[in-house]
Amino acid sequence: MASSATRPPLPAILLANDLLDGDVVFAIGEADGSLGWTRDPGLALVATDDAAAVRLEGFATAELAAQHVVDAYLVDVELGAAGPVPRHFRERFKTLGPSNRPDLGKQAGEGIAARRSV
Amino acid sequence: MYRYDEFDERFVRERVGQFRDQVARRLDGSLTEDEFKPLRLKNGVYLQLHAYMLRIAIPYGTLSARQLRQLALIGERYDRGYGHFTTRQNLQFNWPQLRDVPAILDLLADVEMHCIQTSGNCIRNVTADHFAGVAQDEIEDPRAVCELIRQWSTAHPEFSYLPRKFKIAATGAQHDRAVIKAHDIGIRILKHPQSGEIGYEISVGGGLGRTPMIGKVVRDFLPKTDLLAYLEAVMRVYNLEGRRDNKYKARVKILVHEIGTDEFRRRVEAEFAKLDGPSVNADPEELARIESYFTPPAYQSLPEDSQALAVAKAANPDFARWVDTNLTPHRVPGYSAVTISLKPVGLAPGDATSEQMRLVADLAERYSFDELRVTHAQNLVLPHVRKDDLFAIWQALVPVGLATANLGLITDIIACPGLDYCALATARSIPIAQAIAQRFADVERQASIGELNIKISGCINACGHHHVGHIGVLGLEKRGIESYQITLGGEATENASIGEILGPGLPAEEVPNAIEAIVGVYERHRHDGERFIETVKRVGLVPFKTAFKELADAVA
Repeated sequence: MASSATRPPLPAILLANDLLDGDVVFAIGEADGSLGWTRDPGLALVATDDAAAVRLEGFATAELAAQHVVDAYLVDVELGAAGPVPRHFRERFKTLGPSNRPDLGKQAGEGIAARRSV
Repeated sequence: MYRYDEFDERFVRERVGQFRDQVARRLDGSLTEDEFKPLRLKNGVYLQLHAYMLRIAIPYGTLSARQLRQLALIGERYDRGYGHFTTRQNLQFNWPQLRDVPAILDLLADVEMHCIQTSGNCIRNVTADHFAGVAQDEIEDPRAVCELIRQWSTAHPEFSYLPRKFKIAATGAQHDRAVIKAHDIGIRILKHPQSGEIGYEISVGGGLGRTPMIGKVVRDFLPKTDLLAYLEAVMRVYNLEGRRDNKYKARVKILVHEIGTDEFRRRVEAEFAKLDGPSVNADPEELARIESYFTPPAYQSLPEDSQALAVAKAANPDFARWVDTNLTPHRVPGYSAVTISLKPVGLAPGDATSEQMRLVADLAERYSFDELRVTHAQNLVLPHVRKDDLFAIWQALVPVGLATANLGLITDIIACPGLDYCALATARSIPIAQAIAQRFADVERQASIGELNIKISGCINACGHHHVGHIGVLGLEKRGIESYQITLGGEATENASIGEILGPGLPAEEVPNAIEAIVGVYERHRHDGERFIETVKRVGLVPFKTAFKELADAVA
């Protein structure tokens, strides 16, 4: 998990893999103000300041401890028309799916409407 | 083929039960990820970029039709309808859900398969020459010894927590098709030059990865009966003295390199002398039992040449090209070993759909004594095909996209999954392979270039064997973009060698141009009938580096 010492430049989003199916999930702001998970990278909550990043880090720690997700970390993004886009190509692929199979993964819309599995 | 005995069956079933319990405890929160990770890895479950990945062992690359059909079923029921054959002769599914893995393992156990020791710091799945038992240059089928090692090494209490993973490969032929010199232990079956007795040459300390090394021969001739005791001696020396302080220096190749081959050999021999050989070595009866599973099938007595084949070839140029490219001579007259290429131009090397797997299973059952092989080059083999049946097989392969005629050619590219799937990768591999294959898609051009092995890895771990490719491509990250380093002159055979870097890394879109430039140098320098690698060895790297520099300078 990212700490302030390893935190990427802002703005940033929090991503992780869902425990049950390994699918990539993104922290999202819920209607009641709490944090939750979405499978749609376009809906990921973007932290633009330290306070928001600290909040995402705290959520990651809690969710890892609750065994809901694995491998949670902050990723620096650019803000595009369709939502945040990771700056690094590795994380971009992680939000899309295999580049040789556009029919698979989030780029094909697979499962992105669902929330974290329960 | 080997069939499980009661012990094998019970052991595998018990492991499935144990893992089912471990998954349940992970999902109910009783086990943390830190606690669960080593357990899932022991059962072949990785977490990759987009999902979990399940790696299934295919011991020494041999499968039955029933087993391949089961893999097809798993792909369809629990994955996305395809699987990926790897350079370790394994199969990987890219999208399983964790909660489904115990059910998948049950389906595997139903057909005598498992995922045990496909990960972790243990002795991994033993690999072998994919033409074992059929190659004309073979002294003895290596699969019996592979099976013996599988049984000896499975859950071996002393070697379950080695300093690092440990890979063993074996060949029984003069020509090495199993890349034994790039394995921790390489076993070559040979005849004693004086007595004619069959035994083993043992190499240790080969490996690719961030520190590529060619294995060193530590025993010129080991009597067959001493195999397990000698391997145990090697493993003990490594287990005791291999470095555990630095995972990047923990492979046995580093130990051999640091203390020297002679000293390593001395220590192994000292340990070997201390061991109580008879208590370690296989009981001759057990060895005979294992060997009995690898006796040749009931071949027909046939003439060497097939009239039906000649007629079909004359009438169909595409079939003729496939026959001339994808067949390997068989030791039995009238038969051939058929390589089914999983490298159709434009698709991912090594991928096969469930539909394709079923078709190949049907062909294996009908035409190849119910047997097929997975090659380290990510293709499939029907090892025992009557030449009379080749046309029927080809006709069945064409509609499902499996009749690509490119065995050993420039489009028969090895590529790891790379950054399209792998969490360790630093760059993509598959699109590079696709782009090169598309550039050289013309079949006449491929035939004109001849044998040329391109091997692509998406990180320095070298799952794509780039170090031993005639042309190797290594994907790295350089200043925030994917960058590809090209090596030249590697070889994966009995003349194994590590390729040398040609120059600075290139962006992805320039890689096909670089390959074109290298091929151009070859075409200008080659003598009549000279293979690519022979020209490289004869003329050296200088002309290739010159051509590469022109390209790299233009890009820079």
